[in-house]
Amino acid sequence: MKYWITVAVVLIVAVVVALVPVNEYFFYAAFVVLQFVVLATAWNILGGYAGYVNFGTGAFFAIGAYSAVVLFKWLGAPLGVQILAAAGVSGLLGFGVGLLTLRLRGIFFAIATVAVTFMLETVMVNWRYVGGATGLQLLRPPVTEPFDSYTRMLFVVMALLALVAISVARYVQDSWIGRGLRAIRDSEEAAECSGVPTLKLKLFACTVSGALMGAAGAPMPMYLSFIEPASSFSLNYSVSALAMPMIGGTAHWIGPVIGALLLASIQQIVTVTISNEINVLVVGVLLVLFVVAAPDGVLGLFKRWLRSSR
Amino acid sequence: MNFTRRRVIGVAGAAALTAALPGRRAFAQAAGPVKIGMSMPQTGSLGAGGQAALLALRIWVDDVNQKGGLLGRKVEFIVYDDQTNPANTPGIYTKLLDVDKVDLLIAPYGTVPTAPIMPLVKQRGLLLMGNFSFQVNHKVQHDMWFNNSPWNDASSWSDGFFRAGQRAGAKTVAILAADQEFAQNLANGARELAKKAGIKAVYDQNYPPSTTDFSSLIRAIRAAKPEMVFVMSYPNDSVAIVRAVNEIGVGSQVQIFGGGMVGLQFTPNMVNLGSSLNGILNYNSYVPGMKYPGIEDFLARYAKRAAEAKVDPLGFYLPPFNYAIGQIYEQAIAATRTLDHKKLAAWLHANEVKTIVGSIRWDKNGEWANPRVVQAQFRGVVDSNLDQWRSPGKQVVIYPEEYKTGDVMAPFEKARSSK
Amino acid sequence: MIFSLDLLSEALIFGVLLGSFYAAVSIGLSVSFGLLDVPHVAHPAVMVLGSYLTYVLTTYGLDPIAAGVVLMPAFFVLGVLIYRFYYESFERRGTDAGVRGLAFFFGLAFIIEIGLILVFGVDQRSVSARYIGSSLALGDYRIPYRMLVAFGVALVLTFALTLYLSKTFTGRAIKAVAQDEPALRLMGANPVRIKQWAFGIATGVSALAGAMLIVVGPVEPAMDRLYIGRTFCVVVLAGLGSMTGTLAAGLILGVAESIVLMFLGASWAPAVAFGLLLVVLGIRPQGLFGR
Repeated sequence: MKYWITVAVVLIVAVVVALVPVNEYFFYAAFVVLQFVVLATAWNILGGYAGYVNFGTGAFFAIGAYSAVVLFKWLGAPLGVQILAAAGVSGLLGFGVGLLTLRLRGIFFAIATVAVTFMLETVMVNWRYVGGATGLQLLRPPVTEPFDSYTRMLFVVMALLALVAISVARYVQDSWIGRGLRAIRDSEEAAECSGVPTLKLKLFACTVSGALMGAAGAPMPMYLSFIEPASSFSLNYSVSALAMPMIGGTAHWIGPVIGALLLASIQQIVTVTISNEINVLVVGVLLVLFVVAAPDGVLGLFKRWLRSSR
Repeated sequence: MNFTRRRVIGVAGAAALTAALPGRRAFAQAAGPVKIGMSMPQTGSLGAGGQAALLALRIWVDDVNQKGGLLGRKVEFIVYDDQTNPANTPGIYTKLLDVDKVDLLIAPYGTVPTAPIMPLVKQRGLLLMGNFSFQVNHKVQHDMWFNNSPWNDASSWSDGFFRAGQRAGAKTVAILAADQEFAQNLANGARELAKKAGIKAVYDQNYPPSTTDFSSLIRAIRAAKPEMVFVMSYPNDSVAIVRAVNEIGVGSQVQIFGGGMVGLQFTPNMVNLGSSLNGILNYNSYVPGMKYPGIEDFLARYAKRAAEAKVDPLGFYLPPFNYAIGQIYEQAIAATRTLDHKKLAAWLHANEVKTIVGSIRWDKNGEWANPRVVQAQFRGVVDSNLDQWRSPGKQVVIYPEEYKTGDVMAPFEKARSSK
Repeated sequence: MIFSLDLLSEALIFGVLLGSFYAAVSIGLSVSFGLLDVPHVAHPAVMVLGSYLTYVLTTYGLDPIAAGVVLMPAFFVLGVLIYRFYYESFERRGTDAGVRGLAFFFGLAFIIEIGLILVFGVDQRSVSARYIGSSLALGDYRIPYRMLVAFGVALVLTFALTLYLSKTFTGRAIKAVAQDEPALRLMGANPVRIKQWAFGIATGVSALAGAMLIVVGPVEPAMDRLYIGRTFCVVVLAGLGSMTGTLAAGLILGVAESIVLMFLGASWAPAVAFGLLLVVLGIRPQGLFGR
């Protein structure tokens, strides 16, 4: 119960912030931070709980974005419908990819997800309706009351998506699904032998993970008023979605949130003050540091500090 | 649970902190400098051109500040590097508007970096000065867009090329276009015009902008046996295509080759490619010998600054037109006595502006009412020689009539090897 | 699309040249991933680093291939260091190493890529040499000399490495470690030192691969992303641990890509390697010649 009260409070705070006169750029940057909260949380459902390193976050994210574009261009669909459709398509993609690749171990699964990313990017490059490699300019529909600007509205939408993603991750973690996934992570063979339906659970995790990533991608075209394949499918999304949970801690749903809030905020500050590239360098360096020195992430460090201070 | 309580405090704290960010537009531009902001591709495919263009703009900023600035206020110039990557420009222009709080905007050099910000400026009702982009406004139809480039639609560009080919007896064309905004805009226009002129397209291919090896494409073009080859490419690809043509040849029946290759006007490329350029008939904005009032004086001043800045020392292609952007702003602001975008736009639609690249008048789409794209053929170019480009003769102007200095030499293979 | 026998044969020739080049750039990965089981997704990034260092050396007047050879010892040391670090941080500690080791190499790849951008910028770099820019005319066919040079170096490299692994003592020790590490330990040899040596060789070879890369065409820092697909496709298609398989797999990929390029267009070419990889993983994950 305490959890749901917190969720409600956070949502109200987000709406209030969107209505007060705060610098517009805050919403522009905060949107990206919240987007990574969703991506990191979604990644962790398969990567952290089950131990399958998905390096294709870019693919699910971009397919979500392109689904939204198709619906917008074809039917003029409102944002809510775009998000639901994007989640559906990316979920389906997650299911399909899972069916094809979840039988592969460790690195092969990761490489297969990279392959899926490039292949889907190539398909989008060749599809003129969504702009091909040139890209598509998009004009936003007028913003709904009571928000002053479209970016503020997107900020609230993304905050809502983040809360939904976290709630889903929390549910999965605490349920029998989570226990099954953890068993798979610890030893897939032992889990199989004890009767855990490993394939079904992995497919479930992959589908849910993909759907959430697609939902995160759907507002992107409206956010930029533009979409093009190279940046949408970029491996930068994949690295960040992997790094944030690893930095925050993969065992609990709060880990990716901490990692995303921390890392994405640093990235936004760096982009404004220094440059765009250092952005990606920060992710790479922190990833390597944490993976080598603090494998349980910030959460793990925190727990160790708690224990040592007793 | 400990965590969730912490999180609430954390989020609330973050929100409070950032609300304290300087946000009030209330402290508007009562006094203080006039800020002009833009992103310029200083690295990446358009980088060499962008650096030269940027220098021209800086020269204008210095000139105008010496004369007392705009409306008596000093001009402050804020520039970022978008690396020729269209994904970077929306973020940069949002930063310019909301963090740097600029008063006036200039578009980045080039169609590809400019296309993503067109919806943004239209949605926010802002005036944007175009910078050598091609038909980037035709979808968005923003009425506060003013281009500095001497072309209008596809026919202003391809007429010269097609006519030169037809005079040499060519009846077929091969179209090779990069899959990006500029090349696609030009290719779409060129296809229409070819059909109308009764020219048959025997080859029509797009390639992704990241392509580096063109030998297969050139081979396929050769197999199609076209008499004209119309290429729409960006600097990296243009250089690679010229090299590929020199490496494996394009066929003896080709009369003219080129048309829309961006980057062959950048001095570093001209010097590096040298004699490989011979025979190519390509577009340009200015070649030595064309008389525009004040341009030679500007080029002399530019050459001095360019030598210090270690940038393109000749500055023929972009710098004069970028300096003109500054002149356009200067005259519009002086006439309307305001920085209000709507008023400036209205004035610009109604008036003619005199610049170092001639008089400019815009049509309702913000493009030049009187286009003057030059099609010139490279002839007698030697390798690794910068000074040969300073005097007229290496780029023979075929079109338009008022600047013409010679007739096209065909076929292409013959023109390639002639002196 | 015009289909003609002429075009097809030219595509085949080009494909064979391209394929041998792909084999040569993948052979380092065949050793580090195929034989040693190290999830080395940073292999293409190290190769691109080699390309840039080759570029730097050519500004001093060195021929690019010669520059590549000169860089090999330095890259050998780099490889030893990387493997040492990887071993100490991950392999020694056991189970969870798989996921984190993989994450480590992804992080390393990005660090190398951004490092190159910070030092050299995002612009393309290329080198010039006497054999770059002209082609061999065989009747109606034109075969660029740069492809022939890359082809030659690739063949030499592949055969040299295959001979090394099967004829020399250390070479066979490397193959032994790949086959049965505990047995090797029981025989008194130190597997870690052997693996270190092998990884060093794989990385040294990447230096020459990088030189070939910049001879064949211009390079830019983000190229490693595309080559992850090509190199892993070749290694997986070959079957882990097979050197001659690498050459065969490279040729298959090269020809496939060349044909797609010719008949479907340049916009589909990047998908060939990744698509082939997915097909192999789905149908026959042990590859053509796998153990």
